[in-house]
Amino acid sequence: MNYFPDEVLEHVFDFLTSHRDRNAVSLVCSLWYRVERFSRQRVFIGNCYAISPEKLITRFPGLKSLTLKGKPHFADFNLVPYDWGGYVQPWIEALAKSRIGLEELRLKRMVVSDDSLELLSRSFANFKTLVLVSCEGFTTDGLAAIAANCRFLRELDLQENEIDDHSGHWLSCFPDSCTSLTSLNFACLKGEINLASLERLVARSPNLRSLRLNRAVPLETLQKILMRAPLLVDLGTGSYVHDPDSETYNKLKTTILKCKSIRNLSGFLEVAPRCLPAIFPICLNLTSLNLSYAAGIHGSELIKLIRHCAKLQRLWILDCIGDKGLEVVASTCNELQELRVFPSDPFGVGHDAVTENGLVAISIGCPKLHSLLYFCQQMTNAALITVARNCPNFIRFRLCILDPTRPDPVTMKPLDDGFGAIVQSCKLLRRLSLSGLLTDQVFLYIGMYAEQLEMLSVAFAGDSDKGMLYVLNGCKKLRKLEIRDCPFGNMALLSDVGKYETMRSLWMSSCEVTLWGCKTLAKVMPRLNVEIINEHDQMEICAEDGQRVEKMYLYRTLVGPRKDAPEFVWNL
Amino acid sequence: MSRKFEVGGGESARRTTGHLGPSTITPSTTSLQPTPPFPSLPFPSLFACLLLPYTLFSPPHYSKSLHSFFKLFFGSARNLTPYLALMDVTLGLLGGGGGSSRASTNESTVSKMEVVEQDFVGLSSEASSYPPVEAELELGLGLSLGGGGAAVKGKPFVWGECRRILTPKDFPSVVSHGSSVSSRFSDRATAVAAVTGTKRAADSVSQEGGSPPSASQVVGWPPIRAYRMNSLVNQTKSQRDEEDKQIGEKDESNDSSKKKIYRNTENTAKEKCHLGFVKVNMDGVPIGRKVDLNAHSCYATLAEMLEDMFFRSTTTVKSMGGEKEQVTKSPKLLDGSSEFVLTYEDKDGDWMLVGDVPWGMFLGSVRRLRIMKTSEANGLAPRFQERNERQRSKPI
Repeated sequence: MNYFPDEVLEHVFDFLTSHRDRNAVSLVCSLWYRVERFSRQRVFIGNCYAISPEKLITRFPGLKSLTLKGKPHFADFNLVPYDWGGYVQPWIEALAKSRIGLEELRLKRMVVSDDSLELLSRSFANFKTLVLVSCEGFTTDGLAAIAANCRFLRELDLQENEIDDHSGHWLSCFPDSCTSLTSLNFACLKGEINLASLERLVARSPNLRSLRLNRAVPLETLQKILMRAPLLVDLGTGSYVHDPDSETYNKLKTTILKCKSIRNLSGFLEVAPRCLPAIFPICLNLTSLNLSYAAGIHGSELIKLIRHCAKLQRLWILDCIGDKGLEVVASTCNELQELRVFPSDPFGVGHDAVTENGLVAISIGCPKLHSLLYFCQQMTNAALITVARNCPNFIRFRLCILDPTRPDPVTMKPLDDGFGAIVQSCKLLRRLSLSGLLTDQVFLYIGMYAEQLEMLSVAFAGDSDKGMLYVLNGCKKLRKLEIRDCPFGNMALLSDVGKYETMRSLWMSSCEVTLWGCKTLAKVMPRLNVEIINEHDQMEICAEDGQRVEKMYLYRTLVGPRKDAPEFVWNL
Repeated sequence: MSRKFEVGGGESARRTTGHLGPSTITPSTTSLQPTPPFPSLPFPSLFACLLLPYTLFSPPHYSKSLHSFFKLFFGSARNLTPYLALMDVTLGLLGGGGGSSRASTNESTVSKMEVVEQDFVGLSSEASSYPPVEAELELGLGLSLGGGGAAVKGKPFVWGECRRILTPKDFPSVVSHGSSVSSRFSDRATAVAAVTGTKRAADSVSQEGGSPPSASQVVGWPPIRAYRMNSLVNQTKSQRDEEDKQIGEKDESNDSSKKKIYRNTENTAKEKCHLGFVKVNMDGVPIGRKVDLNAHSCYATLAEMLEDMFFRSTTTVKSMGGEKEQVTKSPKLLDGSSEFVLTYEDKDGDWMLVGDVPWGMFLGSVRRLRIMKTSEANGLAPRFQERNERQRSKPI
């Protein structure tokens, strides 16, 4: 059947970049499987416990780039205890022992230790890229090892990690011979930075295109850095505070005018709003703006800034911009594709907060919108229906009403019809997060219409098992389902056990599922790991089967129960 | 029509992805209540006609004959939405208007809906027995099932044991929820607030001075990443400090005061940078917790929260008909009357007793907390008794 030599096949496969395409190709026949496997360089593993490092290494000897995800998504919200797992150490050890020439490692929600970083830095001569998102367990000492030992390091990208900052010296560990940096992001570090080292590092990195500073870098240093790196494309300021009448500020204004390449702007972790005009000249070319950590910029100043950003495609902002501000966004940023509005005061009732009107305005002005994360005080069905009609291109739609069971304030009805409209109109919807008062009806809509849905997050919704059943039966492409505080029980859990092998994982916490239900599921499906997280010492191994399970996390796996589970995690 | 469907699954079954064909005959359909806003979707009508009698008369759980009926007509079509065929769901609020050649009846739909729903519920397994081709690394699943690809897909459309619909008869001890669940869950917000708030206070950012909607006491809600939550809280604090300072210094000359403000803001911010959630571990307890120090303004509330967290073993909120046992093992952490003391690790890595220094200074240097056995902590406490006296006189 194969008329081409392997090299030709390989060359053809080179054009396949997406993981899904390559996975599909490897299923065609054993020849293609073989060719694909030897030529594969990038692998994505969505759940680090679904497969073992050894199997990975055996199958893909040419591996260069690995992406791993560890803890379940709800770990971001403190729902998963500290020592649950997700350690990268076994992976790095296995890779180090093998002949794999790892060049890139991207981790999300994993536990990374300084030892792991040290081992990583010493084991792979060509290591180029380290991206850590939402990870924990390491300190700046680990970063020092990376800096010192990875001679060809190109990217060091730390996003929203919990890092113990021992301050300052890691940056000086980059040797003078290191000139290959293209991307450096240490915005999440909380401690001091050796500013002189930073300036020298930037000066000897002619390829630097992305630089995100932390709070410890003052405006004077920012100005000096920009002088050295006028070709920056992505800039995250540190502390943006100064006297607008000063010499330094004026120098900054002139320097910024030379930075014509900046397309992404973020940071402003501390900000003096009167200094903002210096960045207006670059606003015109911005395609991405992240002010979600800039609590120091008030609504009116935000609006003034946004008015300059006509080409914006991605905007992350705090809700202090208000509905009025969102109307300005809608009229100015007609190319907008992704919008995230975060709450500036999650537990208070702010009068500046955004409501459904802001979202409707956005939907009118920004028809290209495809990704939304919106925290608001209230939402109405009518607004959601309007949004659905105006923006049929949603791929990700995440709505979070701060009061989790709030109905439509106008009609006092549940928000079922609103979300129903969203799923019916947006045929390409892949990710959905629900909130507000919701009954089983919304799940019926989701099951019926959300054919492309891959990830669903549900909280405080539904009336009965039917809700979950609609989703499990209807959403054929569902990969991740996470549920908290919903009345779904064993009936829903056990109705279609085969479904879970088609999904990556299922999380259910504070639902009606009992220990018996979980045990039954585990018995019947050996290729699933059904884990119970038991945080209170009440439940013993011979606990009563009728007892409700507080947190259950199940996922498909090829390697059976994991061996690093802590005491409070039971694998049934 | 039968040409579209492979009888008996098999490898090609996996590749059949299309919908069942367009409809030619339009049977009467039903509409949902309340009517949804969008116009209805097309569906295969012939199939629907055939399906109708079966679904109307079949029992809630499946018989083998019904299985084979579906096998005959669907093979392995993955986009199986049979109940769509029976329902004309017009989401009427948007007023999509005509668009469809079918007439929707106004007859009451509740009973039909239920039947249809049950069928839809039951049909899941078949359609989901084929893992998606676009799996990430799950291809290993298909291939490692022993012999090339078709292992799972090659199975005839038979409901193996593991995919049998489990009916209520299989659940010996399940509690029938019925309507009681919805009422329980509508009270959930308040119930959760009342109990979970105390129990899980470590993980939730407790209310800061004033307005507590129930959201504030629910663990993990609103769903904001912990990192972002921490920095939010810190930023608010430092902003408040900046404003205070501005007010205090507005009489001074412009330049110097502004410089002072800016520098002070930076310092305060840096001081408080690492605040927010700090980890708390207790001797003998494997799981650590996290506390938000910014939510407290004095040692007393912090101690109280920790005592709730570690010393009160309560059952879950939703214990079925059971009593809540509130066993307080040892209440007071700060006054030395219990067998445990509260200690913290400071910036220099030393372990100190909590309560010695002023609260603000404590906030500035604490890195994490540990509830230690008193016997181990003796070396830390030269002025144990004096501190106890001071604590007792503090208002709680």
